[in-house]
Amino acid sequence: MSLAFSLAWRQLRSQWAAGEIRVLMLALVMAVAATTSVGFFTDRIQTTLARQGAMLLGADAVIVADHPIPAPFAAEAGRANIQTSHTLEFPSMVLHGERSQLSEIKALAPGFPLRGSLMIKQQGGEAHEAGGIPEPGSVWIEPRLANSLQVREGDSLELGNSQFKVSAILHSEASRGGDMFSFAPRVMMNAADVPATGLIQFGSRVKYQLLLAADAGAMKTYTAWAQPRLARGERLQDLSTARPEIRNALEKTQQFLGLAAMVSVVLAMVAMFLAAMPYVQSSQDSYALMRCFGASGKLISRILLLQTLMLAVIGSTLGSLLGFVGQLGLGWLAGKLFVETLPAPSWQPALAGFVVGFATLLAVMWPSLLRLRHVPALHILRQDIALPTWSAVWQYTPSVLLAFGLIAWHAADSKLALAAIGGFSALIVAVLVLTRLLRRLLLALPQQQSGAVQLGLAAIRRRPRLFMAQVLGFSLGMAALMLLALIRGDLLHNWQSSLPPDAPNRFVINIQGDQLDAIKAFFKQEGLSAPELHPMVRARLTAINGKPLDIASYKDERAKRLAEREFNLSWAAEMQDDNRLLAGEWWTPAQAGQPLLSLEQGIADMLHVKLGDHLSYDVAGQPLELTVSSLRKVEWDTMRANFFALTPPGVLDAMPANYLTSLHVPGKHAEPAGAAIYQSDGD
Amino acid sequence: MTGAVVPDGAAAQALSAVQHENNVMISKRKIMQKPLAVEAVNLDKHVSSNGNALVILSGLDLAIAAGERIAIVGSSGSGKSTLLGLLAGLDNPTQGKVLIQGQDIAPLDEDGRAALRARCMGFVFQSFQLLPTLTALENVMLPLQDAKSQAIAALERVGLAHRLSHYPRHLSGGEQQRVAIARAFAPRPAILFADEPTGNLDAATGENIIELLFALNAESGTTLVLVTHDLTLANRCGRVLSLQQGRIVELEGVA
Repeated sequence: MSLAFSLAWRQLRSQWAAGEIRVLMLALVMAVAATTSVGFFTDRIQTTLARQGAMLLGADAVIVADHPIPAPFAAEAGRANIQTSHTLEFPSMVLHGERSQLSEIKALAPGFPLRGSLMIKQQGGEAHEAGGIPEPGSVWIEPRLANSLQVREGDSLELGNSQFKVSAILHSEASRGGDMFSFAPRVMMNAADVPATGLIQFGSRVKYQLLLAADAGAMKTYTAWAQPRLARGERLQDLSTARPEIRNALEKTQQFLGLAAMVSVVLAMVAMFLAAMPYVQSSQDSYALMRCFGASGKLISRILLLQTLMLAVIGSTLGSLLGFVGQLGLGWLAGKLFVETLPAPSWQPALAGFVVGFATLLAVMWPSLLRLRHVPALHILRQDIALPTWSAVWQYTPSVLLAFGLIAWHAADSKLALAAIGGFSALIVAVLVLTRLLRRLLLALPQQQSGAVQLGLAAIRRRPRLFMAQVLGFSLGMAALMLLALIRGDLLHNWQSSLPPDAPNRFVINIQGDQLDAIKAFFKQEGLSAPELHPMVRARLTAINGKPLDIASYKDERAKRLAEREFNLSWAAEMQDDNRLLAGEWWTPAQAGQPLLSLEQGIADMLHVKLGDHLSYDVAGQPLELTVSSLRKVEWDTMRANFFALTPPGVLDAMPANYLTSLHVPGKHAEPAGAAIYQSDGD
Repeated sequence: MTGAVVPDGAAAQALSAVQHENNVMISKRKIMQKPLAVEAVNLDKHVSSNGNALVILSGLDLAIAAGERIAIVGSSGSGKSTLLGLLAGLDNPTQGKVLIQGQDIAPLDEDGRAALRARCMGFVFQSFQLLPTLTALENVMLPLQDAKSQAIAALERVGLAHRLSHYPRHLSGGEQQRVAIARAFAPRPAILFADEPTGNLDAATGENIIELLFALNAESGTTLVLVTHDLTLANRCGRVLSLQQGRIVELEGVA
């Protein structure tokens, strides 16, 4: 092996010096760099999302229900060695003397949170990790509740039939995520105290949660077990469903970037092909000589393989390094998406880069190089005796298959993959047919051209295959470049339009009607532009065109979930500019108060609702009949508040509504701004 | 009509067989029963050029004794290099066989013949044929399967001890041919094929190279098969065979 190794290395070294393999190497480095930069970048965002998702859930997965969670879910988790805990959430009035405040109560069982942490402040000290849950008989409250009720640590509060002592001030709560806070302040209590309060009765709006945490494998098995057992009103949230707005954007970006990277890999493969041809030609003498001096076919194969592997190792290493630098740029571009800094990437994308590097080089080079194994020794004496010709099928098939495989892998969507592969295949066939025609036409030209043209024609006549390969290579290259240019424009447009620098990163929810003025005043005081306040009315869909809703008839799981949960209806006079009308008409100001409904296309499809259908809703016991007058497409990744179902103004006036708004808080100022909102609530 | 009717082709074959017997007898007599290093028996080589069959060698017989020094001469295009290629197992004859040290090489595949060449043949070419990617030392080590000390000794013997790490492009034509000679002799081959070894060199350098080649040949007792169009050079060999119309004609009265 050492002879083959040293020969391979020496050959490589001097071919580099002679410039014969520089194009090859450059193409390889670019292919790997393109793959790894996208890989590193998406990996960092994925890690962030997973981390945020876990923080948001306080667990790796949560089963949420509007009724106590059936025992088998916890039992199965226990059997599978999955850590569990549970919580109850419900709104309730909290009293202190004459003062009262609507609060969101969260009752905790031991072990909470399974992921992330609860930070509390005690005795005016620094915030520290809670390291447990409130003792029975005590509660932890948010500072703004302390403000509005004017209580301090050690005071007692009244909650239902029980009295509780305030034992700590809540600083931050993992399971609320960093980004979302509610207008109603949080109170945390021990779940063991809940029955005594008498607050949970038939008809109470309680959110029951079973928190689960284990390694990814165990969670996957558990999720697969649990999903089909979820009954009505139960759902499973895991990391993949956390932060959908960013996840959507990421998936799109990953697809775009991934395909762009694959296009550059295809381009690099074309370059490798064209570079491989002269390389093979110029290497003939060397291998013929080795053959003449007694090198076996095996030794020659070994040298060629080692040489290819050395090229692959060097190219993939350089490419991965370049990819790492490249992703820093992508990370910088995407910095606006995240308030927090992205974590360092893992090494796995580099591994993917190496796989791509080795696979492309082997697929492109190996069939060509293998021909060198068969170079006749007689080539030494007679230069006209050249390499045996090979069937084009054998030579090109590995590359074509690899290119298609890579496209399919990165498209991560069968439709997109088929479209891309179909496009490239059609292009190859068209180019082959046209080239053949062109060749015939060229050779049919009269023979009295100038010297250069004559020489060119002679070359085409003598080496039809090389001519074909060159035309095909350049056509594919041009097509890939054009595709890249198109994608680039599309991608940039998408990002720029969907993520303005002041894209909202904070949402305020649960604003009650009587708090609207305070909120507006707060925005003005802070120098923020007047908030877009979106009303929300919770409504349950009961019938479509007079036919009671039959949830079981929906095949799609998501449709089932959507149909059985309460919708947030909202109203708007104008259509938001991140919405696009697909069918029907948007209402005129004169139509205010008419029972019309504008639905988002996706949900309309899922629920089999068409334009003109009559939908019956139940809003806190009141029936509401609406006619679908338009269908809209919504850009969910603009991070703005958007609604599936909208009515004209005046329709929902009599219904109980609360409000939601979004705003942009620069990363560094997030906490003070949040604090200011708490205070405004207390006024 | 008396006797058997013999078709023309068969008559030619019969005639050829008789001539072949004679030639072999002549050759064998000349080399005085020494073991044969190289033997060609009834060798034919036809190639097709633009659809026409071209006969290069026809019924050629040749026997070269071990340690013998022979020259093959002939005009340009007479098939000297083709014959060399066949004798060295680089090419396949259309008909007939080649024996190297008594072994018929026809049943051997490419790898078998490569192994045979590695075992007992050395080559010196007109255009030197050094690998441009390897240094002088590495070029000599190539057929030695990496035996460095042996390669250094060979280069010292041809006077290039100070040029070990030079690449061919940094060596003069004469120096390149010395490297090629060192490479050819280093593995101590039984048979050395030299194809116009001075063809690309000026007269003085060519003379030096030939002196070196013959000196090494004398030292090692290698069988030398020298292909040349230079009669003066050919006459320094023990036997001069002329290739004429595809056959070997022994030139008498030389050497």
